[in-house]
Amino acid sequence: MDSNGGTARPSKKLENKRHGLLYDLFRRLIVEKPLGAFGLLIVIILLLTGIFANFIAPFGMNEMHLSAFLHPPSSTYWLGTDQMGRDILSRLIYGARVSMIIGIVATILSEAIAILIGIPSAFIGGKYDMIVQRFVDVWMSMPPFIVLMTVMSIIGSGMFQLIIVIGITAGIGHSRVIRSAVMGIKSNMYIQASDAIGCGPIRTMIRHILPNVMAVIIISFTLGVGGAILQEASLSFLGFGVPPGVPSWGSMLSNEGRQFMEIYPALAFWPGACLTIVVYGINMFGDSVRDLLDPRLRGGVGRYNLKKKNVQKIKEKLVNV
Amino acid sequence: MGSYIIRRLLWIPITVIAVSILVFLMVRFIPGNIVDLIIAQSSQGNVDVVADRLAVMHAFGLDVPVYVQYVHWVGNLVLHGSLGISMWDNTNITSDIMQSLPVTMELGIMAILVGIIISIPIGVYSAIRQDTIPDYILRSFAVILISIPAFWIGTMIMIYPAIWWGWSPPMQLIPFAKDPLGNLGQFILPAVVLGAGLTGSSMRMTRTMVLEVLRQDYTRTAWAKGLSERVIVTRHVMRNALIPVITIIGMQLPMIIGGSVIIEDIFSLPGIGRLMIEALSQRNYPMVSGINLILATFVIIINLVVDLTYGFLDPRIHYQ
Repeated sequence: MDSNGGTARPSKKLENKRHGLLYDLFRRLIVEKPLGAFGLLIVIILLLTGIFANFIAPFGMNEMHLSAFLHPPSSTYWLGTDQMGRDILSRLIYGARVSMIIGIVATILSEAIAILIGIPSAFIGGKYDMIVQRFVDVWMSMPPFIVLMTVMSIIGSGMFQLIIVIGITAGIGHSRVIRSAVMGIKSNMYIQASDAIGCGPIRTMIRHILPNVMAVIIISFTLGVGGAILQEASLSFLGFGVPPGVPSWGSMLSNEGRQFMEIYPALAFWPGACLTIVVYGINMFGDSVRDLLDPRLRGGVGRYNLKKKNVQKIKEKLVNV
Repeated sequence: MGSYIIRRLLWIPITVIAVSILVFLMVRFIPGNIVDLIIAQSSQGNVDVVADRLAVMHAFGLDVPVYVQYVHWVGNLVLHGSLGISMWDNTNITSDIMQSLPVTMELGIMAILVGIIISIPIGVYSAIRQDTIPDYILRSFAVILISIPAFWIGTMIMIYPAIWWGWSPPMQLIPFAKDPLGNLGQFILPAVVLGAGLTGSSMRMTRTMVLEVLRQDYTRTAWAKGLSERVIVTRHVMRNALIPVITIIGMQLPMIIGGSVIIEDIFSLPGIGRLMIEALSQRNYPMVSGINLILATFVIIINLVVDLTYGFLDPRIHYQ
C-alpha cells in the first residue's frame, strides 16, 4: 500500500488514449520519419499553391507586359519575365495548379480503374482472371509513354483528355499491384466466413476485401501522383499535353526554355526545379507512408518500440518513488 | 519447364495480334486527315479537291472499310515483311525503322548498363551499412534521381555547359563504324540521363533485397563460419539478392523506351523516338502503327526473356 491509501495504479499517462487512426499515423510520421514529414510539407505547399493560385500569383496567367521582355529578376517580377513579358513566378504558380489537378484527379481515376479491374479479377479467379490478365498483359507491353503520345495526338490536347488518358494507362498498370494484394488476403478465414453466412461476392468485395487492401491502395496512390505529374510534364514538353495557352511546367520548359536558352537560361531552370522538388516531396512522403502502412510491418516495429519506451520510463519512476 | 516455355511462346503471337489490332485502330481515328495534308502540300490551289482526294485515298488504300485495311496491312506484313510505304515521302517504312532502331537500341543498352553499374554497388553498400549517414545520403540521392525529370536534366546539360564552357554535344550522329570513341562519347551523356531514373529505382530495390537476404539464416551461418564480410557479400548475398533486381530492370524497359523519345528529341539523335514524334505530327498512319507494333513486340519478347532468365537463375522457381 502506498501513501495514497490505494493500490498502486498506473498513472493516467499509461492508459492508451483513444486517438483516431489518422492522428496516430500523423504522429508516427513526424516522429519516426522526418524526411517523410518534410515531403508532406512540400505536398501541402503544392496543394495550397494550387488551390489559392488566383490569390497568390502577383500577375495573371498570360498577362503580357510589353515593356518588359526577358527581364532578369527584379522587385516587380520576382523571377523575371519571359519573351512575351509574362511574369515567370505567376506562371509557375499557375503551373502548380495544373500539375496538382492533373496529378491528383488522374491518379484518383487510375486507382478507381485499378480497383475495378484488380479486385474482381483476383477474387473471382479462374477463367475470368486469366482473360483479364491477358488484356492487362497486352496493354502493358506497349510502352506507356508511346501510347500516351499516340492517343493525345488523336484526341487533341486538353486537360480533361490528359486526365482521362493518364488515368487509364496508369490504372491498368496499378491493377496488377492491387490484384496481388487481394490474392494475398483471399485465403483468410474472414473471407470464407463471409461466404459462409451468405454474403454475395459483391458485398464481400466491398465490405471485406476493399478495406483490407486499403493500405496498398493508399501507397499506390501517393506514388502514382508523382508519376502522373511527371508524365503530364513530359507530354507537355513534347507538345502533346496541355493546350498552348495553359501554363504547365513541362511546356514552359520546352517553349520558352529551349527557345531562349542561350539568352536567358533561367527560363528553363525554374519549371524543372519546381517539378523536381514537388516529385521529390511526393516520393518521400509516399515512401514514408509505405513504411508506416506496409501490412508486413503491421503491429511490429515502430509502435511496439514506443510503447516499450514509455513503459520503461514509468517503471523507473515507480521504482524511484 | 519446357512446357512452360512452349506455353509462353504460344501466347506471344496472340498478344502481338491483339496489340496490332489495338495499335491499328488507335491510329485510324486520328483527326486531321493526312490526305488533306498531302493534297494541300502538293497542289498549289486550283485543283479539283474532290477528285484528287479520291485518287490519293485510293493510292493509299484508304477508301475501303477499316477491317479490310487491317487485313491488307497484316497481309503485307506477313507475306512481304513490309510495313508499308510512308504516306509522307514514299519511303519504305521498314527501312526507315530499321535505320533508326540501332540508335535507340544503343542508347537503351548503354542506359541500362550505366544504371546497373552505378546502382548495384551503391545499393549493396547502402544495405550493408544500413541506417548510417552514407546510407541516408545515398537513399536521398536515389529518390532525387527518380524525381528529376529526364527532359529537365537533358535540357540543363544542353544549356549550361554551352554558356559556361562553350561546349555543346555534336549535332550530327557519329556512326559507330566510322569513329567508335566519338560515337560512345556522343551517346554516354544521353545514356546517363536516360538511365538516371532506372538507377534510382534499381538502387532502392537492390538495397531492399540485400537487406532481406542479410536477415536470412544462411547469411547468419556464413558469419558464424567466420567468413569475411567481402566473401559473404560477393558470394552469398549478391547472388540471392540480385535476381529480383533483374526482373525490375526488365520491367523498366517500357519506361526506357518512353524516355528515349524525349532524350532523342533533346540531344538530336536520329532514333525511333524522333521518328515517332515526326510521324505523329505528320499524321503518318502506317509509320505510327509500324513503330508501335515493333516496340510492343520488342517489349513482349524482352519480358519473356527476363521471366525465363529469372526461372533459370533461381532454382527455387518451378514452372509447371
